Amino acid sequence: MIAGLVALVPLLAAVVLGFVRDRAIGAWIVIAASTAAFGLACALPWQMGAGTLLLVDPLSVHMAILTSFVGMTTAWFSRRYIEIEMITGRLDGLRARQYHVLFQAFLGFMLLALLSNNLGLTWGAMEAATIAAVLVVGLPRTDLAISAAWKMFVLCGVGIALALFGTIVLYLAAQPSLGPGLPAMSWSALAVAAPGFKAPLLNLAFVFLLIGYGTKAALAPLHAWMPDAHAEGPTPVSAVLSGSILNVALAVLLRVRGLMASNPDAISPGIPLMALGLLSLLLAAFALWRRYDVKRFFAFSSVEQSGLAAFAFGIGGPAAMFAGMLHVTLHTLIKAAIFQCVGRASQLKGGQKFADIGGLIASHRALGLTLAAGIVAVAGMPPFGLFSSEFLIMLATIRSWPWLALPVGLGLVVGGWAMFNRLISLCLGAATPNRGPAPALIDLVPAWLHLALAVVLGMAMPAGLVAWFSLVAEGLR
Amino acid sequence: MGHLAYDAAHLFGGAVLALSFVLLYQRRLTAVINAYALQALVLAIAAAWQGWAQGAPHLFLTAAITLGVKAIAIPLGMHSFVRRLGMNRAVESALGVFPSMALGVGLVALSIMVVLPVTAQSHMLTREDLALALSVVLMGMLMMISRRTALTQVIGFMSMENGLILAAVSVEGMPLVVELSVAVLVLLAFAVFGVFFFRIRDQFDSLHLDHLDRVDGGPR
Repeated sequence: MIAGLVALVPLLAAVVLGFVRDRAIGAWIVIAASTAAFGLACALPWQMGAGTLLLVDPLSVHMAILTSFVGMTTAWFSRRYIEIEMITGRLDGLRARQYHVLFQAFLGFMLLALLSNNLGLTWGAMEAATIAAVLVVGLPRTDLAISAAWKMFVLCGVGIALALFGTIVLYLAAQPSLGPGLPAMSWSALAVAAPGFKAPLLNLAFVFLLIGYGTKAALAPLHAWMPDAHAEGPTPVSAVLSGSILNVALAVLLRVRGLMASNPDAISPGIPLMALGLLSLLLAAFALWRRYDVKRFFAFSSVEQSGLAAFAFGIGGPAAMFAGMLHVTLHTLIKAAIFQCVGRASQLKGGQKFADIGGLIASHRALGLTLAAGIVAVAGMPPFGLFSSEFLIMLATIRSWPWLALPVGLGLVVGGWAMFNRLISLCLGAATPNRGPAPALIDLVPAWLHLALAVVLGMAMPAGLVAWFSLVAEGLR
Repeated sequence: MGHLAYDAAHLFGGAVLALSFVLLYQRRLTAVINAYALQALVLAIAAAWQGWAQGAPHLFLTAAITLGVKAIAIPLGMHSFVRRLGMNRAVESALGVFPSMALGVGLVALSIMVVLPVTAQSHMLTREDLALALSVVLMGMLMMISRRTALTQVIGFMSMENGLILAAVSVEGMPLVVELSVAVLVLLAFAVFGVFFFRIRDQFDSLHLDHLDRVDGGPR
């Protein structure tokens, strides 16, 4: 019941926002709806169970809380950000309204995809979320934004089509055990019956689902849409895109992985996931060195982190799963904080190239320090949580695949080094001229909240949270 | 399922695949659109036939949607679009006719080799139709790769979706087929809209996707 509301509230808000002309009221509706969605998602741990359409299990609850949290803080952030974009003329009134509608639709469909208990519904929600994301990326209506949106649409469209083929084959695999009809398409029933499925069909389904949803998880070599979408779309969308759509796709892949792992005759899902993950990690880590656009730079960093998470999920076992879930969670929080800072910084400096933004600490101390903290965090340095999760992933690697620790370590070092290199040019040194309004301190509160959570999760995770992460990891087997 | 039902279903599935080959070698934009419309028409017949053979009336709805939108509305819209913008000229292909046909044959062989062994215990019709459907999907991808303009890429994409619908209708008792075909349709409508939008902005001289190479992240 509540699970349905979690997805329904943003979707309804999207419909309502389509009719609200007053911008101030619209902005507050956005904030109210996404805060309500987060509040409702927090009630989900007490609502566990599987219905016909919706599935509330530790994985979906965890991801739903995370997604709605980032959605909420980004909605807070968006209010002022969009105001400034309108003052500077990059968005007009109609576009701002479209932005709010699409943002809520995107959020709602992602939550629906996470909480759905039906292969078809998951696919449909994913498709709808993709369309909303494509539209919102193209919203600035510059040539580059439209090109980026088109590229995203073509690549993700093909991915989504392949995922549908995988879905059909998965149904075909489940049908002999579960009979024709809806049960053979429900995640919870599939999880129970998977050991009895015909392995060859399951393998075929896995390949298509891996490529299809892997495109959405931005795993190399299917990641090409992501840097463009990030660089050209509105910044708040980057904050959500970076964490959430990757997470939704990873969550689906995790469910498929669980089905494969429980079937004794099926191929092991770990190796393909590890291979794609490692490739993404290495490719992105080296690609980081040749970026000139700040948002594109951090988009590649998202590819890197998503790859590392997929690698951890590929290793399997409770320890690696725990580390992977922790990594996904922390990366989402930190990357959203970074994009919020980058959004403010590019408004302040009037550009989003590295050449435009420099010496941020000198020109705006709080913003510069927050961004610096975010970059330190995403580079995997203590006291932030990514240090712990990367450490745990390395430990799990050394335990099961000792040789792979070398390439993983190389990727992390090269990526982290690139981060520090850019940290110096972005935050330290002589300030480049300011060409836009400076953010107020209150605008940085969402980013501080995210970074504070990352510190807590890294240094002093409460016992309750440890138990929760273990529960989620346990469910994934 | 009787002999006739089986043979006819096979015939329609095979015809959809044959039209994928036709799509591959067409040179003029209008011919590509016509070939696509014909493929959608045959797909609609195949879906209706499956609905009758499986005793699944909801497949008639899928057939009607396919016929009305994919075989009639979208091709008509595209024709008027092409006429209005004077785009009725030969579209170049990154590959020649022979290499793309050879690749197409290779893809069909590949999908047969992939699908038939893994579906050994499934229903006879299902497994063969699935092989046909996978071929159509792969050939749609080949068309997206080998054609250079946005419009032909979109047609390749839509042909790929035809393969997906063919797979969905041939799996017996698959629920949500109608819903899924509507969802696919939304995606198609969006793709077509995207091309129109691209063209109407007229920023790009043609729908040539080489312009997208400008999005490279290098210093500008």
